[in-house]
Amino acid sequence: MTVYLPIAELSVNIFIILGMGAAVGFLSGMFGVGGGFLITPLLIFYNIPPVVAVATGANQVVASSISGAITHFRRGTLDMKLGSVLLVGGLAGATAGVWVFSWLRRIGQLDLFISVLYVVLLGSIGTLMLQESVRAMRRAKNNQPLPLKRPGQHNWVHRLPLKMRFKKSKIYLSAIPIVGLGFGIGVLTSIMGVGGGFIMVPAMIYLLRIPTNVVVGTSLFQIIFVTAYTTMVQAATNYSVDIVLASILMVAGVIGAQYGVRVGQKLRGEQLRALLALLVLAVGIRLAIGLIVTPDDVYSVAAGGMSY
Amino acid sequence: MRRLLQTILLLPFLALGSPAAAQVPFGEASGAKEGLEIGASTSEIAITSDFRGADLTIFGALTNADELFLAIGQYDVVVTLEGPKDYATVRKKERVFGIWMNTEGMTFEQVPESYSLASTRMIDSIDEAPSLNNIGVGIDHLALNPVGYIPDSGMIGEFRDAYRRLKLTNGLYQRDTSGVRFVSSSLFRASLKLPANIPDGMHMVRAYLFKSGQLITQREMPLRVVKTGIEQAITDAAHDRPLAYGLLCVLIAVITGWGASIVFRKD
Repeated sequence: MTVYLPIAELSVNIFIILGMGAAVGFLSGMFGVGGGFLITPLLIFYNIPPVVAVATGANQVVASSISGAITHFRRGTLDMKLGSVLLVGGLAGATAGVWVFSWLRRIGQLDLFISVLYVVLLGSIGTLMLQESVRAMRRAKNNQPLPLKRPGQHNWVHRLPLKMRFKKSKIYLSAIPIVGLGFGIGVLTSIMGVGGGFIMVPAMIYLLRIPTNVVVGTSLFQIIFVTAYTTMVQAATNYSVDIVLASILMVAGVIGAQYGVRVGQKLRGEQLRALLALLVLAVGIRLAIGLIVTPDDVYSVAAGGMSY
Repeated sequence: MRRLLQTILLLPFLALGSPAAAQVPFGEASGAKEGLEIGASTSEIAITSDFRGADLTIFGALTNADELFLAIGQYDVVVTLEGPKDYATVRKKERVFGIWMNTEGMTFEQVPESYSLASTRMIDSIDEAPSLNNIGVGIDHLALNPVGYIPDSGMIGEFRDAYRRLKLTNGLYQRDTSGVRFVSSSLFRASLKLPANIPDGMHMVRAYLFKSGQLITQREMPLRVVKTGIEQAITDAAHDRPLAYGLLCVLIAVITGWGASIVFRKD
């Protein structure tokens, strides 16, 4: 059964889109990630124009992050104040990102930029995760205890001015790195259509030394608002959010996620992470191949001086 | 259904030739100016998003045609359907450090987004290229003027060729060199192909009459292509009320996410 996507301007098989949404939802539930960094490249592989894939990906992340955030809110593992400071940076970053996005689109380099950014990001994160999980698996095999990092240790981040007290997280931290982190993630949200949790969570834990229990809930809180804001801005400036595509992906995604969570609880952490790392690397490599292989036609035509 | 979109344009023009002209003895009629008439039973075509392309049939008539010239096939008719005009940018990829990227581009001023042509024979055998360029008839003769100053004129030719080739490949530009047939000595039928991805907006049907390779008269009439259905309503909403549209997208996401957390709540 085909369905016409009015913004992407093409007909697609609804079951392929449903399958994509469910599969990514399943993985995001299993690994506790938003899934934007998988859904956007998958859509691009399925010939959805990158402009539409990115904006629609951001829309889809709103839905996939909400149920997680609600759960964390109920458990009390969400620091509203910390999340709001992150959000200030995030909204500014998303605004800047959409501006860069529109500019790249105008000069005809958007598709390339999105692909290159994905290759770099997926490549480096996949490699890091794989190394880390292989090390963890070896340790588990040899029954070595985990080397404990002392969470009380301070780094340069803690010497910055403009300190604020975050009661729920029980930390006293400068607002500068928090806003900065939010800004960076905001830029990625609007250019790549990702929530950015897979960067924000490690950065909050290792760089800002925020207690692990509030990290996931707080990052989800900020992701919801930044992706919602990005959806609005993309809709208003690039007209590139496909409501039909987004709806199919969201419904399939949230259902897939529920099953993913159940499976994820049964599997072991380091194996799970190794699996995700391999997947991330595979997507990155597939995108890299697309950049290197000689295109069918070196010419392309776009209406209105815009590139699709 | 709508793919059987046959706009039959049978015209009253046959009766148009005035009785006086009809009484002019054979031979002297060549002094009278030939006329060309086309018309439409509709000025609007509605298509839905599952439109897979169709043929548009247009009927027309020659008036005051010279019988002798008709008999030896000296009259040629070209009918075109020109889509709404917009700027078009052609880009060329080159390998830079192993990666294919757009390095050069050229924007053409106000070119039709779609162009369908039907003619009695190859248009390049009807008239000489310079005069076809002048009137802008035929895919190879459409005016493609680059925006801004391009110092290298060879590059212009290269990008023009690429533009035409790409448009022909994706079906937005079409030509049928036997698309116009005379059904009687002065009545003709033109079959224009409407591509599946035809843009909506104001199109223009143009008919040109050539006599012995000279353009003697032309006619035009507007034809509005309107896309209908829910998909078009969505596209319109996205462009006309982008903020409300964006808000709706976010709202759907919130409802979906929230709904899932209620439906699948374990406690």
